[in-house]
Formats: sequence, structure tokens, C-alpha cells
Amino acid sequence: MIIYGVAFLALCTLVGLFIGELLGKLLGVPANVGGVGIAMLLLIFIGSYLSKRGLIKPKSEQGVEFWSAIYIPIVVAMAAQQNVLGALSGGPMAILAGVVAVVASFAMVPLLDRIGQKKPEAGADKSLTAPQR
Amino acid sequence: MYESMMKVINGYGLVSGFAVIGVTMWLSYWFSDKLTRGRLHGSAIAIFLGLVLSYVGGVATGGQKGLVDIPLLSGIGLLGGAMLRDFAIVATAFGVNTEELKRAGVSGVVSLFFGIGTSFVAGVGVAMAFGYTDAVSLTTIGAGAVTYIVGPVTGAAIGASSEVMALSIAAGLVKAILVMVVTPFVAPMIGLNNPRTAVIFGGLMGTSSGVAGGLAATDPKLVPYGCLTAAFYTALGCLLGPSLLFFCMRGLVG
Repeated sequence: MIIYGVAFLALCTLVGLFIGELLGKLLGVPANVGGVGIAMLLLIFIGSYLSKRGLIKPKSEQGVEFWSAIYIPIVVAMAAQQNVLGALSGGPMAILAGVVAVVASFAMVPLLDRIGQKKPEAGADKSLTAPQR
Repeated sequence: MYESMMKVINGYGLVSGFAVIGVTMWLSYWFSDKLTRGRLHGSAIAIFLGLVLSYVGGVATGGQKGLVDIPLLSGIGLLGGAMLRDFAIVATAFGVNTEELKRAGVSGVVSLFFGIGTSFVAGVGVAMAFGYTDAVSLTTIGAGAVTYIVGPVTGAAIGASSEVMALSIAAGLVKAILVMVVTPFVAPMIGLNNPRTAVIFGGLMGTSSGVAGGLAATDPKLVPYGCLTAAFYTALGCLLGPSLLFFCMRGLVG
């Protein structure tokens, strides 16, 4: 049943966010610490475990796939409620600070990508992590 | 007649949201097909359209939530709100390649620290260029360049003035919006076309909405990888901002 997939997704999301809240409390940070990320990891690992055992029927998968497919429209709706006016009326300093941060971060992507890839192809886990540190 | 229509649209906000966004998507894909021959992704156009409309909404109503401040369109707020956004982001993780994820895991963690450092230094540098000299203001503006949540959280913790906090929020908003708009254009230049770079990209940019929008406009397959690392960015920023980063700034400028 499709609802099984939706409920599975909902449970992963709620448990992940809950752990994120707890981590925030524990670390004294006024933010949810990686709740969405933890929820994704739960979904990935529990999901692949269940499907390996054949415990998720294709019909149930549709419940997750629907929300995955509706993601882009949701992001468009999210874009439509950004405070664009607030961003642009922050003045030249705020705009420049944002722009420089983005440009610098973009420039870092190929740099970090290269650092990680220096490892030899045949390398095991150890040689994989060493150059990255 | 107008009253009856408003009653339906307001009472069925989420449903109207689906309708409005659906039409927007259709228009955007039509534009993408006819005007750019598919070179510019339909979702990139839709996101850009959404941002432009939110600017118009902000100017028209003076509110802070873009298009959603127009009563007729408040349903979009439900559709694009934090709840459904996070729900859908988690859903994209279904079908992620766990091997790819494991291989990029360490790079993801490294990129988080590099990302916060890079944006912070950029923000502090610009603030210095504009004549700020005190550690509190510099740290707050730098934290704002990390994300628009880290800025005010840090500012509140170290006692920044409300003007500086407003500036830091604006800097973070500029970053989020810019990432959404620019990512599809920059992606080919920085090799953002595989799960590994997506993980690094998420850790470096970090702004959840920016990464979510930027990757959606570039290649929806990369969304889960980027969003996964980005999910940890704001929290790490909130952790480092008022502590390590502030101490560093205080040590530097006294």
C-alpha cells in the first residue's frame, strides 16, 4: 500500500529531526543539528535493508517516490517566499558580503574535489582518508 | 462572485498552492523548450520566476515572505514551507547510491569546515573593507555570510547591535538566493555533475534553501547528496560562530 511508503518516509523524517533537536540541546546550539541529514541516512540505510529483504513492495515505494518527485515544485514554492526584497534592501555591504562568500565557495569546489581524488584508485580506506586530512 | 472565489482559494490553501505552482512549472518548461531549446533547465526558470515574483510580492505588500504575503497566494506558503520542504528532501534520499555516499563521506565533513571558514572570511573581509573594526560586528557579519540563521544566532550570543544583525541576515539571504540562481550556470565550470562534487558543494555552500534550489535547477539526481551535507552546515555554523570564530576575531582585532 502506498501509505506504508509515506508513513515510512514520515517516520524517518520525524525520528531524524528528533535526533537533530536532541543533538542541538546536547551541544547547546539553538538549531536542529543535521536533523534532515540524519533522516536521509535513516531512509537510505533502513530502506536499502528492507528492500534487500524484499520487505518493501513496489507499491509502497511509490509513496516515497511521489514526494521525491514533488520536490522541485516544492522548491519553486520555497523560492517564491524568500525575502528577496530584504536581501536587496540590505545595502551594498550585505550584497557584496553574500556575493563574495558565494564566489569564494564556488571556487573551493574543484579544489576540495581534487584534494580528495589524489588517492590511488586501488587504495583501501586508509589511503583514502589520509590525504584528505 | 469574488467573495466566493476567495473563500474557496483561502479555505483550500494547499490545493491552490499545487495549482499555482503547477501552472508556473508548466510555463517555465514551455519557456525552457521554446526560448532556450532546453539549454536552460525548466526548473531553473521556475525557481528564478519564483524569486522574481517574491520580490514583486515583497514590494507590493511590504512583508517578508514574498509572494505568500498576498492573501490570494498564501497556500504557496504551506507548499514551500519548512515541513513539506524537509519531507520532500528526505524523500529524495530514496535510491541514493550508498557506495557513492561512503566514498564522499570524508570529503563532505572536510567541506563543511572549509565552507564555513571560506564564507566567514569572505564576510569579515567585506565588513572590514566597509570600515567595521570591532570583533563583535565583524564576527556577526561574517557569520551572516555563512547563513542567514547563523548570523543572527551568533550576533545575539555575542551582543551585536540590531543593525549589524539585520545586515548579517541580508548577507545570508543574498547568498541563499544567489546560490539558487547561479548554480546551474556555474555547475559545468566547477565539475558539479557527480555525487561526489554534489556532497562537497553542499558542504561548501551550506545554505539549505540555496543548495536545494541550486541543485534542483542543475540536476535533480544530485539533490540528495548535496542536501545531506548541507543539513549539517547551519548547525555547525551556529556552534562555531559564537565560540571559535568569535575568539579568533577577538584575538585578531582585539
